[in-house]
Amino acid sequence: MKVSYFPGCTLKNKAKDLDMYAYRSAEALGVTLEEIDEWQCCGGVFTSSASEVATKLSSVRALKATNDKGQPLVTVCSACHNVIKQTNYAMQNNPEFAAKVNRYMAADGGYNGETEVYHYLEMLRELVGFDALKEKVVNSLKGKKIAAYYGCLLLRPNKVMRMDDPENPSIMEDLICALGAEAVVYARRNECCGAYISVESPDAAKKNALAIIENARAAGAEMIVTACPLCKYNLEKCGADFPIVYFTELLAEALGVKEDTNGKQ
Amino acid sequence: MENNKYLREEIIRISNVNTKKCMKCGKCSATCPMYDEMEYHPHQFVGMVETGDIQPLLDSDSLYKCLSCFACVDRCPRGVEPAKVVEAVRLTAIRKQGANRMTANDVPAMIEEDTPQQLLVSAFRKYTK
Repeated sequence: MKVSYFPGCTLKNKAKDLDMYAYRSAEALGVTLEEIDEWQCCGGVFTSSASEVATKLSSVRALKATNDKGQPLVTVCSACHNVIKQTNYAMQNNPEFAAKVNRYMAADGGYNGETEVYHYLEMLRELVGFDALKEKVVNSLKGKKIAAYYGCLLLRPNKVMRMDDPENPSIMEDLICALGAEAVVYARRNECCGAYISVESPDAAKKNALAIIENARAAGAEMIVTACPLCKYNLEKCGADFPIVYFTELLAEALGVKEDTNGKQ
Repeated sequence: MENNKYLREEIIRISNVNTKKCMKCGKCSATCPMYDEMEYHPHQFVGMVETGDIQPLLDSDSLYKCLSCFACVDRCPRGVEPAKVVEAVRLTAIRKQGANRMTANDVPAMIEEDTPQQLLVSAFRKYTK
């Protein structure tokens, strides 16, 4: 199965491992991630005002390129997923916004919200299936107590993202269980890590991150898994000294593809 | 000092929010992760825009404390979407010439060994026009 893939700027740089393990795991599951030929940074955050148009064009171009190939679009970074999915929703539901965008895009041909956007987790759940995934696990993570950290952007706003129940999600816990580990549920798994406030007020970000980690630790977790490079950064920087791992790394380990064929990690 | 009625109309237009739907339950502010750092909270943004008392919001640092986490949007029982009001007020402030909160010149000082691009890009998206 081939899908179009939007990595985003951070996965090509500081979060290369999130990207690399995503590729390897997908291959092992029979999915080829085809990176979009020319993509631009999504911008990291969706500006909810419909008067902001130009800032959303990079997402529209990615969506259009995918539509031209007739494939679904898969993202791994929570932020890129949120921006692209919300932009797609606006193209589908806000005719005034869509008209403005298509005037900008006139030379490239228009786009009308046709592309389906999947987060990698949704791809696992819907296009691969957690049962099929379970069959392919060679290194069960049995005995590990793992807490899923969703953060904000995978789940909210729910009327657009539709990934799961925003207050009681289970998609990441289902993945953790499929890999053989024990999923630890805790209250703050969908509360904000602090996002970009670290540039202005690092202390505020620390407060949020510490509360999340202490909550997970108190519930018995040994590590936290996440899909977002910024969440990982905030959770690591707060000084709690708690293992934070990308979900694709865990997936790659369980599928036995953490090392490539040359024996390198 | 700008005409408050004009400001109110502008903010409502660019946010596309119906501030009259708010029933003052306070759930948005209760769930806001930045409550302690903000001078004006989400429910106040909605209330003060509705009454046209906008200048204090424009002058406040609270505009830049919003994390775009959409918790208030998702949890409001009436679908008011307070974050859109906060954003509209912030856009009104930074769209003025010379009023950017963060400039490209500020960025190099923010870069450390492990700083993810996403951090700088997101902050830039929110704090500059």
